[in-house]
Amino acid sequence: MRIPILKLHNYLLISIQTEIDDNTAIQFQEDLLNKIHQSGSSGVVIDLTSVDIIDSFIAKVLGDVVTMSDLMGAKVVLTGIQPAVAMTLIDLGIHLKNVPTALDLEQGLIKLYQELGE
Amino acid sequence: MTPQSCVTIQKEWDIVGARQLGRDIAKKMGFGTVDQARIATAISELARNIYLYTENGQICFEVVENMNRKGLVILSTDNGPGIDDIGRVMEDGYSTSGGLGAGLPGVKRLMDEFDVQSEVGVGTKIKAIKWAR
Ligand SMILES: Nc1ncnc2c1ncn2[C@@H]1O[C@H](COP(=O)(O)OP(=O)(O)OP(=O)(O)O)[C@@H](O)[C@H]1O
Ligand SMILES: [Mg+2]
Repeated sequence: MRIPILKLHNYLLISIQTEIDDNTAIQFQEDLLNKIHQSGSSGVVIDLTSVDIIDSFIAKVLGDVVTMSDLMGAKVVLTGIQPAVAMTLIDLGIHLKNVPTALDLEQGLIKLYQELGE
Repeated sequence: MTPQSCVTIQKEWDIVGARQLGRDIAKKMGFGTVDQARIATAISELARNIYLYTENGQICFEVVENMNRKGLVILSTDNGPGIDDIGRVMEDGYSTSGGLGAGLPGVKRLMDEFDVQSEVGVGTKIKAIKWAR
């Protein structure tokens, strides 16, 4: 299974719609970094509205993806984290402190525009 | 007490299978969405530990009911290497696999009751319970 990555102007948009298993998460990490490299995108929004579980492994992959993209010069914003998911992350002791987040996809794009411009 | 339903954890995808089954049972028992997410996350952590650290093991579910409450019991059983220092693996951030080390201490906080029994060279048994409110 592969998570589709859409390109919109200078940005990449990802809306995760499926239950993520470990391999899918790792594959996504690789695909996204390649896509940033190929497209020269400066910003990425990963929308998690449909994700109803984030465990320690997936949290690590998402945190790593943000750091790696940052190293490559692309800013990643995570959007749409469900209330139940936010609560379980705190129980796990995972605070995603250095990870930019926004309420929904639209707010995520606004955040990117504000920080990066067009 | 209902009969146990179990998922054998061998392939990576079994982790997803176990947490989906657990969430379904939790939903049928009337747990709210937040507790369903807590239960599914706890199962995911226990199943992944079986997948990562042992050859194979099982996640079993059991509904317990007494006079005034109803709970979901998650049992994780494996005959892997066992855990030598349980105090240590319960510390946040301790990992032998480059993980976050959030799994076991996380399960303890996600669930209401938590117990680990382990013997080196024999295996590990973890029991966690969530009570329906
Ligand atoms: N079933 C098991 N059998 C043997 N050792 C285990 C088992 N479960 C956990 N461990 C040991 O306990 C350590 C801590 O486990 P824990 O789940 O808390 O963190 P992790 O798996 O290393 O990382 P994370 O779960 O955050 O991805 C593991 O690194 C492993 O050494
Ligand atoms: Mg773990």
